[in-house]
Amino acid sequence: MTATTDPAALRARPLDRRRWHLSEQAQTILLLLPSILALAVFIYVFISFTFWVSLSNWRTLKIDLTLREPLFATYVEMFAMARWQADLRNTFVFTIFFIAFAVTLGLTLAILLDRHLAGHNVFRNIFLFPYALSFVVTGVVWRWIFNPETGLNLLFEVLGINYLLAQAGMAPLKPGWITDPTVVAEVNGILAAVLPGVDAWQVKWGIPLAMIPVAIAATWQLSGFVMALYVGGMATISDEVREAARIDGASEFQVYRKVIIPMLRPVTISVVVILLHVSLKIFDLVYTMAGVGPGFATDVPAIFVFEQMFKATRYNLGSAAAIIMLVLVALVIVPYLASTLREDS
Amino acid sequence: MTTATLSQPKPRRRQRHWGTYAVWIVMFLMAIVFLMPVYVMVANGLKDAQSVSLQRMWIPPAQLSTDNGFAGAWARLQPNMMNSLLMVIPATILSSFIGAINGYLFAKWKFRGSDIVFTLMLFGFFIPYQSILLPLVRTLQILGVYGTIPGLILVHVIYGIPITTLIFRNYFAGVPTELMDAARVDGAGLITTFTRVMLPLSIPAFVVVGIFQFTNIWNDFLFGVTVVPNPAAQPVTIALNNLSGTFSVEWNVVMAGAVLAALPTAIIYILLGRFFIRGILAGSVKG
Repeated sequence: MTATTDPAALRARPLDRRRWHLSEQAQTILLLLPSILALAVFIYVFISFTFWVSLSNWRTLKIDLTLREPLFATYVEMFAMARWQADLRNTFVFTIFFIAFAVTLGLTLAILLDRHLAGHNVFRNIFLFPYALSFVVTGVVWRWIFNPETGLNLLFEVLGINYLLAQAGMAPLKPGWITDPTVVAEVNGILAAVLPGVDAWQVKWGIPLAMIPVAIAATWQLSGFVMALYVGGMATISDEVREAARIDGASEFQVYRKVIIPMLRPVTISVVVILLHVSLKIFDLVYTMAGVGPGFATDVPAIFVFEQMFKATRYNLGSAAAIIMLVLVALVIVPYLASTLREDS
Repeated sequence: MTTATLSQPKPRRRQRHWGTYAVWIVMFLMAIVFLMPVYVMVANGLKDAQSVSLQRMWIPPAQLSTDNGFAGAWARLQPNMMNSLLMVIPATILSSFIGAINGYLFAKWKFRGSDIVFTLMLFGFFIPYQSILLPLVRTLQILGVYGTIPGLILVHVIYGIPITTLIFRNYFAGVPTELMDAARVDGAGLITTFTRVMLPLSIPAFVVVGIFQFTNIWNDFLFGVTVVPNPAAQPVTIALNNLSGTFSVEWNVVMAGAVLAALPTAIIYILLGRFFIRGILAGSVKG
């Protein structure tokens, strides 16, 4: 070993000095320690505390951390509440509509932009713009657009759609939007035939119509984000792939359907996972746009938690709902993070 | 076969041409739909109290008077805009630097289990914050920063660590290790390598993270509304929501308020959209 010429030995030279200092591994851990400790407390200890509260008797302003008997009584009580049942239904319906709308629209926009026509940068910037705004701004504006007395209904009137409908002998198009308490496509009867205990449900399982405008507003805000992810994915697909497909006789439509979209599968998975966790957590948009709605038609778990914890001071109930939210998000995110971790190593 | 291929180009080219127009028109119509809420905000914000009415929502303001919604909205929201700025600037800077150091260490100084530690940290980005709010409020009360801007800064810095660390980690992973080796041959330690070699290289990552955090923190609602009960100390998003729920306020003021609350992030988006998109891609974990 001729120490001076061997690069490995050169690299090892500072070792002698390092004896006086901490090893570099110790330095790494020491530098990371504040962040690790902060997050250990602010995430994991805090979640454990919330979980404990959800099992406790703390249901007034006076703190009471004794455990409630039987242990999961608050959860049982919560799942029997009409409001909580409506919240679960609403989240489910919102998630389906929102993801279907946002993925379809986002992918369509990405494909349109993919042709790189004149001005495509301007269009891309317009489509992504809503993503830069806060949900509160969005909620405040869409609340007026979906106000039955003005907004879209007024636009239908002005554009003569209602006039045409009247000519055809049909009722005017005047939906109640976020103020509509109707639940359509009720499936309680069907579910009761399959699942036991459905008779105990206090809400109609179906599609609360008021949730659809909320899904539209969320789509407006986030389909540009979906588009951006797809545009990023398409940029990694080389032109040769498309050319090869065209030479094989594929039409433009087929190139996307048979080649590009299947190749974008990893992007689609990321998109769905991200949108899913957004929709399970959705709060600001619904809270500012529609509130709890008529008959809890637009209430969601996040609003439930907020109101139980900070308005009704039912701390154990709010905590139980928060833990259920966390479990739902974890069911989506943990497998996703685990697969990312596996890919890395 | 040959005649078919020979005669093909002509109709095909025309078809593409038609397709181009169709695509352009569809994009144009979509752009109008996307800008519609922005039009509602701006047009109605510019109306004065007399001319704003539900029946004239889609009609542009007839004349621009000094009595428009913006004057009223600015008077009401200006203190909250200041609160938001005082919160977002330090929080963005602090969380960017913490993310830079963490990202460097996780990318270049892997230790046994470092990927698992990193993943456990990253989980914090995705959790519904409802599940930590109650102990968070108690902790801030004990620390004496509940209801204050420094309290909000602390909250945003801590819960910003996962995502800023992720973006810097992905960035530094792409920096060749040979660059570090050269410095280390010269005897630079772990920290000197960071400050002399990596930090100067990481300006683009700082821009991306800075925009990402600025937008996220400015747009936050949940922490602001739960951590700061005093209206005078609240960030602008909460003030806007309060304004919107006040029936005595004309809605031209509410619309103008929405424009004001959206303005800082909108300006950043318009000026630095390229970096904004990179932040989105980086924030999608696998980007």
